[in-house]
Amino acid sequence: MTSLLERLNDDVASLVERVADGVVQVKDARGGAGAGTIWHSDGLIVTNAHVVGRGPFSVVLRDGRTLQAKLLARDPDLDLAALSVEASGLPTIEIGESIVLQPGQLVYALGHPWGVTGAVTGGTVIGGSVVWPGIRRRKGDWIAVKIQLRPGNSGGALVDANGRLVGVNTMVTGPEVGLAVPVQVVKGFLKGALQAA
Amino acid sequence: MESLLPDLSQAIAGTVDVGSNGVVQVDGRSRIPASGVLWSKDGVIVTAHHVVERDEGIEVGLPDGSSVPAKLIGRDPSTDIAVLQAKTGGLEPLAWTEPDTLKVGHLVLGLGRPGKNIRATMGIIGALGDGWRTPMGGRLDRYVQSDVVMYPGFSGGPLLDASGRVVGINTSALARGATITIPAPTVRRVVQAILAHGKVQWGYLGIGAQPVPLPAETVALLKQDTGLLLVSVEAEGPAGQGGLLLGDTIVSLDGSPVRHLDDLQGLLGGERVGSTIAVKVLRAGEVRELSVVVGERP
Repeated sequence: MTSLLERLNDDVASLVERVADGVVQVKDARGGAGAGTIWHSDGLIVTNAHVVGRGPFSVVLRDGRTLQAKLLARDPDLDLAALSVEASGLPTIEIGESIVLQPGQLVYALGHPWGVTGAVTGGTVIGGSVVWPGIRRRKGDWIAVKIQLRPGNSGGALVDANGRLVGVNTMVTGPEVGLAVPVQVVKGFLKGALQAA
Repeated sequence: MESLLPDLSQAIAGTVDVGSNGVVQVDGRSRIPASGVLWSKDGVIVTAHHVVERDEGIEVGLPDGSSVPAKLIGRDPSTDIAVLQAKTGGLEPLAWTEPDTLKVGHLVLGLGRPGKNIRATMGIIGALGDGWRTPMGGRLDRYVQSDVVMYPGFSGGPLLDASGRVVGINTSALARGATITIPAPTVRRVVQAILAHGKVQWGYLGIGAQPVPLPAETVALLKQDTGLLLVSVEAEGPAGQGGLLLGDTIVSLDGSPVRHLDDLQGLLGGERVGSTIAVKVLRAGEVRELSVVVGERP
């Protein structure tokens, strides 16, 4: 009989394995590498507006393929952008509900901190709130998470304990606070962006 | 096999949810508000002294989102505790737990309510120790340190154990860079003192002293290396009235050795105020015993 902690470790590892393919690297003309989250298997990818500076843009999938990407929409206030790539059957992460997130729940961030690809950090939800000292109030909402995020995590997926997408990691504020754009806000952004496109 | 993670995640959130009913917002400073813990059903609230910068105009935010005025009953800077009273409308206090139930490595949750909604973070007990004297001279009955991150406004909020019981009050002000939890016995002692007297009483002798090495023969006699040399004695103060003189070296108080200022401070708790104690001093090479009626620190 394995111990509870060993079972938890195995569960985290299998959760990560299940969702890791849904996170890509996003590169812009400067060669900077952020992260992106595959939203739709037909090539729709969500990332942060601050990740996609100047084109051309490319996306590196976890299987190593590099694809040219087209910028569909960009909203600096929400810090969201939508990209499309010519592909089908891409692996996606099941989309969850950010509205039901509660303080204390376990979450995992996938991305490429400092360029380390396929990295994962774990944390807990501090709360959903727009008021955070030192952070300028913008459109939309935030999820504040006790988690280690670093440059390269931006645009990557925040998943809950069931491996469902609950947010897009956006910014670090303080050594142990990460902010993510809730998936509900991403949905609203995409709706507007895709109608306009 | 079914994954444990969703259940674990829900269990943590559930513990936070239950705990949130005993955690209030304390708005008593110009920066963002901090947190407090309901102590009793009659509306006594315990929080961190350093987050209550005003003595008046303090507001308390309740879990239902309403805000009520609060009165400052008293504060003890030495343990970083302040006690407030507010109309909390029948809110039930959380259950507390004693530090001897804790082990290094136990999962703990830090709760705060700097805004209207509860916020939470998780960590483990990182260090446990015996009694600890704070930089401000107060005494914590146990040293409880965790790696729970103190986000802005989390001071004054509770540390919860895995069962949702309150381990104590979190503060970022007692040790730089470490999250210290003021444990239940200390909170209880200080809150009771503040409710009874409006403050924590301290014994007072009316002296200034510094540690000095004792002569070899005294070391051999008393089995201690140092004592406290009196560098000032208030003539009308308790020590002066008891006959202590400038130049005396205190070596014991009520039978307990006095080697450092810490020893003296530890022996002058509020419970000694008004009591007569034996003070041994070294005077002109001889150990003498005097008696002093302990005063109260102004």
